[in-house]
Amino acid sequence: MGVKVDIAIIGAGVSGAAIASTLSQYDISVCVLEKSNDISNGASKANSGIVHAGYDAKPGTMMAAFNVQGNAMFSALCERLDVPFTRIGSYVVAFNRDDMKTLEMLKKRGEENGVPDLEILSAKVVHINEPHLNPNIIGALFAPTAAVVSPYELSIAFMEHAIDNGVQLYLQSPVQNIIKENNAYKIITPDKEIQAACVINCAGVYADTIHDMVLPSAFHINARRGEYFLLDKYAGDIVQHIIFQCPSDRGKGVLVTPTAHKNIIIGPNAEDILEREAVETTVEGLSEVWKSALKSSPELPENQIITTFSGIRAEPSSGDFIIRDYIETPGFIDVAGIKSPGLSSAPAFALYVNDLVQKYFGSLKQKENYIQGRRKRIHFHELSHEERREIVKKDPLYGRIICRCENITEGEIVDSIHRFAGARTIDGVKRRARCGGGRCQGGFCGPRIIDILARELNIPKEAVCKDSPESRIIVAETKGNCAL
Amino acid sequence: MKHYDVICIGGGPAGLAAALSARENGAKHVCIIERDIELGGILQQCIHNGFGLQVFKEDLTGPEYAQRFIDRVRASDIEVKTDTMVLEIGKDKLVYTVNTKEGYTVLQAGAIILTMGCRERTRGALVIPGTRPVGVMTAGAAQRLINIEGYMIGKKVVILGSGDIGLIMARRMTLEGAKVLAVAEIMPFSSGLTRNIVQCLDDYDIPLLLQHTVTNIRGKDRVESVEISEVNAHGHPIPGSEKEYICDTLLLSVGLLPEIELPYAAGIVIDKRTRGPRVNESMETSIPGIFICGNVAHVHDLVDYVTEESERAGYYAAQYVLGKLKENNGFCTLAGEGITYIVPQEIRPENCRDTVELFFRVSRVYHNVKLVLRIDDNVVKTYKKRHFAPGEMERIRISRDIIADTESVKLDIEEL
Repeated sequence: MGVKVDIAIIGAGVSGAAIASTLSQYDISVCVLEKSNDISNGASKANSGIVHAGYDAKPGTMMAAFNVQGNAMFSALCERLDVPFTRIGSYVVAFNRDDMKTLEMLKKRGEENGVPDLEILSAKVVHINEPHLNPNIIGALFAPTAAVVSPYELSIAFMEHAIDNGVQLYLQSPVQNIIKENNAYKIITPDKEIQAACVINCAGVYADTIHDMVLPSAFHINARRGEYFLLDKYAGDIVQHIIFQCPSDRGKGVLVTPTAHKNIIIGPNAEDILEREAVETTVEGLSEVWKSALKSSPELPENQIITTFSGIRAEPSSGDFIIRDYIETPGFIDVAGIKSPGLSSAPAFALYVNDLVQKYFGSLKQKENYIQGRRKRIHFHELSHEERREIVKKDPLYGRIICRCENITEGEIVDSIHRFAGARTIDGVKRRARCGGGRCQGGFCGPRIIDILARELNIPKEAVCKDSPESRIIVAETKGNCAL
Repeated sequence: MKHYDVICIGGGPAGLAAALSARENGAKHVCIIERDIELGGILQQCIHNGFGLQVFKEDLTGPEYAQRFIDRVRASDIEVKTDTMVLEIGKDKLVYTVNTKEGYTVLQAGAIILTMGCRERTRGALVIPGTRPVGVMTAGAAQRLINIEGYMIGKKVVILGSGDIGLIMARRMTLEGAKVLAVAEIMPFSSGLTRNIVQCLDDYDIPLLLQHTVTNIRGKDRVESVEISEVNAHGHPIPGSEKEYICDTLLLSVGLLPEIELPYAAGIVIDKRTRGPRVNESMETSIPGIFICGNVAHVHDLVDYVTEESERAGYYAAQYVLGKLKENNGFCTLAGEGITYIVPQEIRPENCRDTVELFFRVSRVYHNVKLVLRIDDNVVKTYKKRHFAPGEMERIRISRDIIADTESVKLDIEEL
């Protein structure tokens, strides 16, 4: 299959999706190539979900500039795209005088980066506001602009918005090669060739591989794994803010925070790994995370753990984001090394990439029928009595609860399947509608979601996958099955 | 707003028995609300036998056991709402429900009986390291897929946990042509019934590995192998004892937890040990008029015990509606040496019928010991026992007469 587009974006993580969403306002053809079978299936699906305030990165770096600018964009963005987001603020806690000096340094750095309203709190204030923290904490740097967001839902929302505005998404389309031809690039995937004037490399941990298809090798991406615990909402009042410890050369350290969905997330550690998709959890890693988190709050309830997972960050050899074009290859743009604070920075660097694209094409024409927002999702459990009554009258599927932990209705699941960039797998439904994200981890709703996916996608139940196309849940019919 | 004397939330064995008992004991308008499309609860997927030996003196399958109660409910004027979810209950005993036909509806109950059952502990709660491929499933979810939906979920199976569902599923998977390589149990004893170990493992030559646990799960898309390690006396894996089992499925039967979303949200007091709400002799929770029974109160071994407990809850809910339940303070039952918990946690003697039944579990395996019943610190009775195990729920009945004016009842396990 041959396709000709103005812009091809490689990778449907938060970077690629944010850029696709931004570029979807113009009267040009854009496609996104994603190697896996869903959006947000790499680093964007498993991370802390923090929109950082912006005091960590050194002044003058891209990370510093985009983080602070991106943070300021989030409230309006998440409102427009209907993404779970709460500005709960962060504490960096100090245990001794050296830590207090670090807080002073971070505050100064943050102010230099343009972070608003940073404040160093006394022990007394910290312990009044956060009664479950370690009593040995002697102060904290408070950053009121720090926030939590659902990272995969943000990526999915960006992509859905892009598709609503005409962007084409190709899943299961790993890029095998890129050939430069005159004023265009030919991108080879297993089942198609895409000719694009402009290529934007948002390939996460594989961004160096993609770069090297077009240009001489210039940087290397290391995969750094971080492991996490997720706690039940019942543990939700253990902390009110994002609780960091003082950063080290290994990153921002282990945090404890409520998520955008009011669970508690704990993690990550940082371990450099050779295999770029080695997302297993380890005894050592998990115990390191838990021990470290106990230092922040000795009261973390072990019996409220509902799951553990690990995620991969793309750690660039340069130490900073690599977002640029190249004189020798006009139209090829790298968006590489998007480690933390990549999620926080995505809306801002999408604008920067937008400028690079404008520079390349000359001025781009706005679409006439551009859709600003995303069709609002219905969250049945958040509705008032009256709204609940109305919605079930309108669509009875909202009257059937499928996920009893999170009270998610069949209507919400069906909607998550039939939207653009909709769910195709059990994990896809989980990331969009939260079924299986609660304390039973899909024990109850799993079989029912298989039924719904099979029915809505018109596929046999045996073809329903958990995640990858090789992850079928059902292997055969039982011996005497004559039910269907 | 529609009014019922008694609303049972959950139409499994507890809800069925409680509703029938409430109706028979004087509650006029009784309703069962069930989220599934049919009554019977988890019994419907328990197609093996072994149910009813206590209550009916017969050996029934789960669906057969459930049907006896369903038939009685259908023959009565008890109203049944299936495919209906309760979202919330209030102190004022309002019940907020939703279904596809009647929509979002609020019902007023004179008394509520909570009968939602329990749920399974998952991989996440155990913190088993490794990858997260397809093929890791709770035994109950697998049981539903196989027995209700008619689909197999794997061919080479390891089972973690020797609770009854795990044992039953070892046999079920084998009968469906799968190879069950082993059942690993972290404790030095199985928490399942002895008859299940014999009939589900021994009869099929399935090894039961006591003091072993799964320490790693491998596989990218589907489970490719699991690592099983021996554990020491503290339950910690012993380095060097790892053994890899090539398999495509790991079933988990690692404990059940009361499904307490509704009582928790309503502010009902939860007992840390049973992990269900605290109850008194009437199976009444900390909110007067809200009763609870079956596995949502505390996890039982036998459905027969659930039935008996639920009949009691139904009786007292009817008493409450009729204004006959006395809401005075009672005394507490105290779980002493070797006792994990006692249900009920509180007793008001004036509400007791001739006897009151104490359910309890012991904290470890005991041989040749005595159970000592103390009332106000005086030994009233001792029961010699050759064997106690945490997996087996125990019960004793005490006469109302001996607790009429007491301040405490305590159980201890002591050396002979």
